[in-house]
This record gives sequence, structure tokens and C-alpha cells, in this order.
Amino acid sequence: MSRYTAVTDTDRAAMLDAIGVGSLEEIFEAQIPAGVRLQGGLDLPDGLPEQDVYAHLLELSKKNTSAEDEITFLGAGMYDHYIPAAIDMLLGRSEFLTPYTPYQPEVSQGGLQVMFEYQTAICELTGLDVSNASVYEGPSAVAAAGYLAKLASPKRPRYLVSGALHPDSRQTLETLSVGYGTEVVEIPLKDGVTDVDALRELLADGGDQVSAVIFQQPNFLGAIEDVQAISDLAHEQGALSICQADPIALGVLEAPGNQGVDVCVGEGQALGNRLDFGGPSFGFFAATNAHIRRMPGRIAGETTDADGRRGFVLTLQTREQHIRREKATSNICTSQALNALAGVVYLSWLGRDGLVELGELLIQRTHYARETLTAIEGVTALHGQPVVREFAISLPDGVDVGEVIALAQDRGVNPGFDLGRVRDDWKGGLLVALTEQRSRSDIDRLAEVLDESIRAYQGGERSPLGRSGSTQEVAA
Amino acid sequence: MSAVDQTVVAYERPPADASSATPMQRERAVTIFEKGQEGRRAFEAPALDVPEVEGLIPASARRAEPARLPNVSEPELVRHYVRLSRRNFDLDSGFYPLGSCTMKHNPRLHERVTALSGHARLHPLQDPKRAQGALELMYNLERSLGEVAGLPHVCLQPSAGSHGELAGLLVTRAYHEARGDHRTKVLAPDTAHGTNPATVTIAGYEVVPVKTSPDGGVDVEDLRAKADSQVACLMLTNPNTLGVFDPNIEEIAKIVHGVEATLYNDGANLNAVMGISRPGDMGFDIVHYNLHKSFTQPHGGGGPGSGPIAVSDRIAPYLPVPVIQKLADGTFDLTSTPTDGPGSKTIGKLRGFQGNYGCFVRSYAYICSLGGPGLQDASETAVLNANYLLARLQELVGDRLPLAFGERCMHEFVLSGTVMKREVGIRILDLAKRLLDHGFHPPTVYFPLLVDEALLIEPTETETKETLDAFAEAVADIIREAEEDPSIAQSAPYTTPVRRLDEATAAKRPVLRQPL
Repeated sequence: MSRYTAVTDTDRAAMLDAIGVGSLEEIFEAQIPAGVRLQGGLDLPDGLPEQDVYAHLLELSKKNTSAEDEITFLGAGMYDHYIPAAIDMLLGRSEFLTPYTPYQPEVSQGGLQVMFEYQTAICELTGLDVSNASVYEGPSAVAAAGYLAKLASPKRPRYLVSGALHPDSRQTLETLSVGYGTEVVEIPLKDGVTDVDALRELLADGGDQVSAVIFQQPNFLGAIEDVQAISDLAHEQGALSICQADPIALGVLEAPGNQGVDVCVGEGQALGNRLDFGGPSFGFFAATNAHIRRMPGRIAGETTDADGRRGFVLTLQTREQHIRREKATSNICTSQALNALAGVVYLSWLGRDGLVELGELLIQRTHYARETLTAIEGVTALHGQPVVREFAISLPDGVDVGEVIALAQDRGVNPGFDLGRVRDDWKGGLLVALTEQRSRSDIDRLAEVLDESIRAYQGGERSPLGRSGSTQEVAA
Repeated sequence: MSAVDQTVVAYERPPADASSATPMQRERAVTIFEKGQEGRRAFEAPALDVPEVEGLIPASARRAEPARLPNVSEPELVRHYVRLSRRNFDLDSGFYPLGSCTMKHNPRLHERVTALSGHARLHPLQDPKRAQGALELMYNLERSLGEVAGLPHVCLQPSAGSHGELAGLLVTRAYHEARGDHRTKVLAPDTAHGTNPATVTIAGYEVVPVKTSPDGGVDVEDLRAKADSQVACLMLTNPNTLGVFDPNIEEIAKIVHGVEATLYNDGANLNAVMGISRPGDMGFDIVHYNLHKSFTQPHGGGGPGSGPIAVSDRIAPYLPVPVIQKLADGTFDLTSTPTDGPGSKTIGKLRGFQGNYGCFVRSYAYICSLGGPGLQDASETAVLNANYLLARLQELVGDRLPLAFGERCMHEFVLSGTVMKREVGIRILDLAKRLLDHGFHPPTVYFPLLVDEALLIEPTETETKETLDAFAEAVADIIREAEEDPSIAQSAPYTTPVRRLDEATAAKRPVLRQPL
């Protein structure tokens, strides 16, 4: 008996008696072939008391450098926003934390109404008609949107994908589309944004083979894309316009649904969810009404009960696996309900004005940071496009970005993401992200440390921990 | 038998009267979007501390209208969601025997350790050398899960069981393609969870159902007839969704491997066999785990989950990247370009970053708490609890709700409501809804599809005998009540925040957002 079970010896005797066997072993023997029984138990250590497990997990946590331990400008898909205390408290409530999918709506009205509210908030942010109750995370949402386009145009075996789509989204799409045989063709970039002329050419030749044009707003390099122009070109050839968006930036940028986008998806972590070394978070997924029956995942809808009271249920389930099986619109059978709850609480906490104020603050501080960093000798902007909360710079020629990041981290500042880790032609680039938790004095400190680290690198200094990034990648 | 009788709780039948609404029923559902007033707020932005510059964003890119989010104060916000939470049934409040979902207790320690800033505020792109604790944790979790499954190579990344299935089929595809073998079909028993066939389609295969034999296992002759050189994989849940451990598993593995297909284990029911029997030893090449089932990641109202996979040596090169490596100096690395071993011929990335780490922390803490003997005890107790509840129900209502297959079960079992429907006049749905009035979450209903009027019950190991007795009594009482007046169950529930909901209208005229 462990501390999580409660069958005493007395219980066990009575239970075995009721079952009509002399021992539990009889039950196993009767059912499991002897040849596949494990002899001698699992080769794992014995269990530990709660306080020892806590101590072990605390020790492991201390071996990590978290956003609490350094001034961090690392973003590239997940962001260190402040999470209001109310979210911790609400997500910790048993009634939200411990139920399963709302299969019994009469006793799941809380969770179902949360989904309905969440869907409303996502529709508002994206300017689209319908949102599902969320999918796994951002890049998975992009891949799911790709599959929707495949269902909408089964005879078009190609996606055109912006070179500034998040590399994880691009790679997830590639991994998943292998199965159903759609190819991914890249649209090149021009000065940090999707090259619209190149897109026009790609569509002019074989546009009828393209099911979707997929891009990101703001893009991976932080730059604002011309969403309307990209959407218009896609539509001219009968392809869908699929946009991965940063939900925080949508507080100030035009809603993609108002710029011709058919499906808007994205990573929801920035909305009240922890960094958690990458998950769990949620992916949001919204589309125009035309695609309602091709949507993946759970969707909550409003209805009434037997006495006419307002209530909520999971709906449009004929899209789903338990009914459609192999003909389902997706194999995703869950939503990230708890993470989506954090999302809608966060958006309600910010409120209509707060989301705009947050966006405006980020625009100003990001501009200040870009100006301040590009004033460092040898540092230039990687592109000159307008940005909201993230921007790319180039370090001086001959400077190894991974080494400079390591030196800066030794000085207590994480300056951002080494762009050379994802693309060879971005070598020398650094992606810097802001949240409201990074003040002007933090930015000034970043500039000081980055300058110092570049000079230190040029003077031959190396971090005792070694270059930032995978050891393997250096070897490669 | 006296020990059994003494522990039966005093039983009071719940009300069955719809004429007077409960306080919660009288509370009309109002969304957060219908609350608040212009000018109220919970958020205060930090002061602008840099020189303000106009025109940084071109007007054409700017939002014409702000998103119409609520304007609420913090007290309004907190009260709204606390009140909503009270309209949910949850595992901490009561028994939740949802079959194939493994609703076991979620230890609160896990929430505490996951919230430590070194875990919670660790950025996914942090330099591996400065995330050693996280990588060590993931490495240890991989080893532990691999030991439970009896398969050496674990990839933690899949975000849910269905995502693990997809990963499993994509590595299967890569494995066959690498041998120049282009296969077209995947076999799955008719008892399979609906995500199995859905995943097969997305992975680009055609699903071929395999029949179930009268003993509840795979029909071996049907399998033999369908297993040919076009079959890439057999997806099997063992024990299956009938709670039956397949008696012919060794023969099945032989047939599948005989045509060089892979054998995939949907690990949804792993909670029955931890430390008792290992999928790897049964002949499976690939298994997915549901960390939110056997390893007690809280279900969160439907997510997040986590669905790692374990594979055999021959499949390992195709695993998704990044992979965790333990280096010669004892430190850990995270790489997307391994030169040999797991991931060296990778299918690519399956999702962003490296998986649902928050779930890994919880499941790792659970494994540390229980250890090898504790995990085995958990499975043994889960099987004991299931067989005991089965025995109690058969004793009380066996003539109305017989066991669908076999005599005993593993960690869950399926009753058939066909006799009850015919003789008593209530359906399984009615029984489920009346259970809500008794304060129990109903078991899974109408699944597996193979059983008419199916009721799939999984009590888990964390329930007491007293709870199991009380549940059995409630089921018996509902049937007794229905023998007298079936309309009571047919119109149930009566005491829940809302009563039966009109799902047909919801689907026919969808209202999927608050109109503003």
C-alpha cells in the first residue's frame, strides 16, 4: 500500500472473498499468459516519502537557469509575461484541475462555459467566425490548419510557406504532411518579410496545386507582414490564407480575419501560461464559417436544458473520431482546457483597454531596445521592418553569436535567440524579445552586457560553460 | 461476508423532483462578456519609461477596433470563475470511474514542484547547459518509462495519446520506407478507441478492422487472414477496452512480425499492468503512454495531456527530434541532429520545442514517490478494485447488467445494459444521468461500440472499498427505483446545475460564441 492507495489487509481479504479467489495472483494467472509475465518486478528504485521527492525536485529545479535567475530577452515563440496571481489560484482549483473532458454536460457547465468564453475571446482577437476549444500548442495548430486546407482542397498537394514562419511550425507541418503526401515549398524573404513578388510568381506557375499559403504575423523575425496582400494572392488562385499570429500582438495589429485570412492559429502560451520549458500550453485555432465542419478538436456550443435554462455542450461532434473514426477531420480528441482557461482569464484580466495598453507599451520599449542595441559598434538591424515585441539584429562580422550569448549569460543577461541555430543564412543574427517584465533599465543593462560580451569575445574570452546551444550542433 | 456488509454506507435516495429548482439551477448562466463596465480593470500597465515615438506601426497594419474583451475588476473576475468552477464535478469531490480514462488521484505535491520557478519559468530555448536539471529529469523519466514498457528508447514529445499514435505510425512509415517497402494498410481491432482509425488516415494509411473473438481478444484467424505484406502495423490496446488481456498476445506478435509489420500498443490501459507485464516483453515494437492516465497528470477538464512513446532498437533511429543525450562527462544535451542512435534518421519535429515538460515534472515526481514496487502495487490494486466492484455489481444487479465478456477483468470492465433496457425500460444513458443525482460521475457509456448499451467502468487504485460499495449500491438503487418507475431515471438528473441538455439543437443551429 502506498500513500495514494487505501486497501488494507482486512479490505483485501474481504474483497478477494467477494471476488471468489484466494489471491490476486489467481486473477493474473487466469488472464495473462505465463510467457509475458514480468518476473522480479520493475528495475526501478523504491519509492520516497513526499518530503524527499520535494527535495529532489527542488534540487533539479535549481540546476536550471530560469527567467527568475537572469534578465532574459529570449522569446522565439514563448514569452516571459507576468502571470497574474488570480490565474494560479483559479487553475489550482480542483473543479478545474481534476475533471476529465466534459462528457456529462450536466456536471461540467463550468468547464463548458469556459470553453464558450474562450472561443468568444479568440474570435474577437482573430476577427474570425469560429474558434475551437484549443489544440495542443502553436506548431501543432499550424499543422492542423494545413490538414484543414488539405480537406478543403484534396486535389492540391502543395503548401506555400513563408521563410519567416516559425521553424518549429514549418517542421511540424513537414513531418505530419508526409503521411498524406502534401509538399512544402518555401516562399523567400525580402528585407525580413515574405517576398510578395516571389509569392506571386510561385502562384502564377502551378497555383492550382496550392491548397494554402501559410505565414506568420508578426513573423519569426518580429516583422509585420502585409497580411492583406498575401491573402489576396492566395485567394486569386483558390488557396487558403493561413496565418500563425502572436495573440499579444493582435491587441494592436489588425485582426487577420479582417485582412482576408481564412484560418488563424497560434501559440497561446503568452496568454497567462507558464514557460514550463515548452509546455503544456495551448494552440488556438479559428476560421471562417465556411470551414466550421472541417475544424479539428473540441467545440463548445450554447443550448438549453429540459427546463429551458441556458447551458453549454460539446457540439458538432460528427467531425470527431468517436463518431467518424477514420473519416474524422482530425485525430485530436482533446483540448488544452486548463491552459485555455488560463488564456481566457488572462484576456479578461487585461480587458479591452489593457490588451491595447500592453501592446502599445511593447511597441515603445521594443523600438527603444532596437535603437539602443543597434547603437552598439558593429551591431546592425537584420531588417528595418516595423515590429511589435521582437526584432532581429546582426552582430559584428566574425562574432560567434553562441559564444556571445554564453558570455552575456555569465553576466546575468540572456540576450536572446541565436538565429544561426535554425538557418545558415541567419548566422550572426540575434532575435531579441520583450515583455512588459523587461523595463528600460533592463534594456540598458542588456545593451551594456551585449557590448561588453562582444568585446570580450573579440578579446578571446570564452564562457567556462562553453558556447550556447547543443554540443552536437557545434560538432556538426 | 460480514466485513463487506459492515462497510456499506447508509443510503438515502436522492430527490427526483423537477418542480423546485436548486439554488444553482436558479442562477442563470451569464458569461464574462456580459459582465463588467467600461472603465473597470484588473490590469495596470507598467509606466511608459522610454521616450514615446509616434508612427512606429503603419496605420494600415493597426487594428481598427479593439478586441471586445470584458472590462472587469479583479474581484469580479475571481468570483466569476470561482462560481463557474462550482458548476463542475471533479475528481477531488467524488468518484469518477470513467472507463479507459484512469481517473486516479492527482497528488498535490505535483502541483507544488511543477510551480517551482526553476521548472515553471524555464524557457524552452534555454541553453542546454543551463537547463541541466530539466534535461536530467527528462532523461530519468525516459529511463523509468522505458523500464515500465520494457522498451529501451523513449521520446517524451507527443502531446497526448492520439499524438503518440501519430508519432508511432509516422516512425513505422519511416521504418518501412527506409527498407524500400511501401505499405498501405494498418490493422486495428473493432474495439479500438476512435482516435486509432482517425490517426491511421492522417498518417496516410487505410485502416482495416480486425474482429474480436468471443473471449474478448483479437480474432486470431481473422488477423491471420488480413495480415499480408501490405500491412504496416497492427495497433492494439492490451489490455483492451473490454478490460481483457489478450490471451493470444504471443501468437498475435508472431503473426504481425511474420509479415514484417510493427506491433503498436495503445497504452491507454497501462495502468493494469505496470510491473506485472511489459508491452516490450509481449512483442510490441512501439507503445504510447498516457501520462495523464497511468502517471496521474491531472486531466484539467480535457487537457493538457502527454503521450510519450517507447520503441525498440530497430525503430529508434526514426524518433522525433530533439533528443536528450547523456554525454561522457555526465552532463546532458538536447540535440536535433544526433549523428547516431535515437533520432539519427528522424521523422523530424512533431511539435514545438521538446514536449509538455510540466507534465513530465508531475509524472516524474509520481514515479519517485511510488518507485518500482509502488507502481506495481498501483496496478495490482487497480485490478483488485475493478474485480471487486465487478463482483459487487454482479452480486447486486448481475441479472440486469451482465459482464459483456469473460468472467473477470483487468483494471476495467464492460457491462451490457441490453437486458436492463428490455426488462426495466431504462437505457444506459438514463442510468448514467441518474448516477449524477447520487453524486457519482458516471462510467464511460456507449463505448466500446462493439457492446450494445455498453457501460465501461474503471475504478482505479486510489479509491477505497467503501467508495466502491457505495457506488455499487447506487447502481442497484437506480435499477430498483426504475423497476417501480422508469420515468424517474429517464428524466434524470434533477439536482445538477442544469438538467438534460438539448444537444441536437446545439448541433443543428450552432451558437459557438457570445454575440457582442
